[in-house]
Amino acid sequence: MTDTAWIDLALTSARPQAMGALLRYFRNLDFAEEAFQEACIRALKTWPKNGPPRDPAAWLIFVGRNSGIDKVRRQARETALPPEEQLSDLGDREEELAERLDGSHYRDDILRLLFVCSNPVLPATQQIALALRIVSGLTVRQIARAFLVSEAAMEQRITRAKARVAAAGIPFETPDAADRAERLAAVATMIYLVFNEGYSAMNGPDGVSADLCDEAIRLSRLLLRLFPAEPEIMGLTALLLLQHSRGRARFDADGSLVLLEDQDRRLWNRQMIAEALAMIDKAMRHRRPGPYQIQAAIAAVHARAERPELTDWEEIDLLYQALERLQPSPVITLNRAVAVSKREGAEAALTMVEPLAERLSGYFYFHGLHGALLKQLGRNREARVAFDRAIALATNAAEAAYIRKQLDHLADDAATACLRKSFPI
Amino acid sequence: MLYAVLCYNDENVTSAWSKEEDDRVMRDLTAVQSKYVDAGKLGPVARLLPTTAATTLRHTTGETIVMDGPFAETKEQLLGFYLIECESLDEALTFARDLSSANPSAGSYEIRPLALYKPGELPS
Repeated sequence: MTDTAWIDLALTSARPQAMGALLRYFRNLDFAEEAFQEACIRALKTWPKNGPPRDPAAWLIFVGRNSGIDKVRRQARETALPPEEQLSDLGDREEELAERLDGSHYRDDILRLLFVCSNPVLPATQQIALALRIVSGLTVRQIARAFLVSEAAMEQRITRAKARVAAAGIPFETPDAADRAERLAAVATMIYLVFNEGYSAMNGPDGVSADLCDEAIRLSRLLLRLFPAEPEIMGLTALLLLQHSRGRARFDADGSLVLLEDQDRRLWNRQMIAEALAMIDKAMRHRRPGPYQIQAAIAAVHARAERPELTDWEEIDLLYQALERLQPSPVITLNRAVAVSKREGAEAALTMVEPLAERLSGYFYFHGLHGALLKQLGRNREARVAFDRAIALATNAAEAAYIRKQLDHLADDAATACLRKSFPI
Repeated sequence: MLYAVLCYNDENVTSAWSKEEDDRVMRDLTAVQSKYVDAGKLGPVARLLPTTAATTLRHTTGETIVMDGPFAETKEQLLGFYLIECESLDEALTFARDLSSANPSAGSYEIRPLALYKPGELPS
């Protein structure tokens, strides 16, 4: 690897720690970001000459803090405002700084940083955008591309998010145990959202959205290092790894969605699957099942089946039942219906699915599954109506292409039926 | 004389590698290894999954504690490792418990699933 590539990686991985600490000093996202940028520029100048520092994060925090302080002082001369209030730790001497940079502070800083981004005052899309900007350091252009919006619109979204965070007056103290547990759940949700953003935007071999999935996995591994004994974070990490392991098999050459049972399992990433299975194994020992663990366990049942017909649908059904008890939702019932259709047939599944029609009327997968079950039962006319609804609700080209194929099959069936009618054989 | 070469790196850095970067590193490493394989000098090559996948069985006076992570106290050094085929973490823990009851000193056994294993071709 070249020098600059190494520096790039070191900066990426030190970012959450350094940004977290700089945010603690300056208590202002823009200020912390600028200080971090400044430190990165200095790193790019000095590291190739002097070699990498032993602790890149500590180096960046130290340099970033000094440059930030300089800037505050300069501003003070220009604007004559009392700037010292903006700084929380001006009195620190170097040795005190070194002490602060120990593991426990890193841990709180990163958590605080993630928490700031997943603050409930922000709508989910702003949480994700802010996290990608602040924690991951993606450029506004990269984030805008991942969200399929204009750069200007994304810039505005991030600016609004920062303003909201500032207005909310978030406390920067070290969180106590109860706060930590609460924050952990919020942060896990945010990481899951980042992943889903990448996962659902992914249509074909699109680099940007796969990057979002990788980033979410990196963040959840980071979180797990901070909380190595949290089974739900193990579950989250395992779930993301299992979903991402299928990335290359999820789309065909035309960019159309390939259902799990039709995927070429040789394309699944075995390394990610192995890591995820080890993680679930660990999590289960804690005997504290949660939604992420159960979802991961369901994904693991699929991953363990060498061929689709070897899938243990009974196990999946049971896991979905457990998930329904823990977190009842029509989407979970819908998913369970797939397992039921495999075990008891389309009729039984249809009976489960139809009562969900009203609550899931705007949900792509509801109409997709509804259509597929109707099709299996030979109720083609109704299937067509369901597929038409699904296509209208598709959020990306791959989903639409998949449904179009189903409609084509129906048309083929209809054509064959017509032929049979006119030319009885 | 045989040497065990244990690879240490900052997981913050290695887990930030993209699939392509990881593949490139592995390709470069394999190229280095192949010279030694050809010379009949290289034994097992094992890559461990991240430390987050690790479980530690700690043996103190009279009891064993199972913990998540590899976080043995740093004053302890890695003295060697076993490779063992196990059905589950429970089975591996049973093995570690057996070892720890046979071992008179206090200490810990870190259980890390392998990501890659090449048996190599060393003469025994």
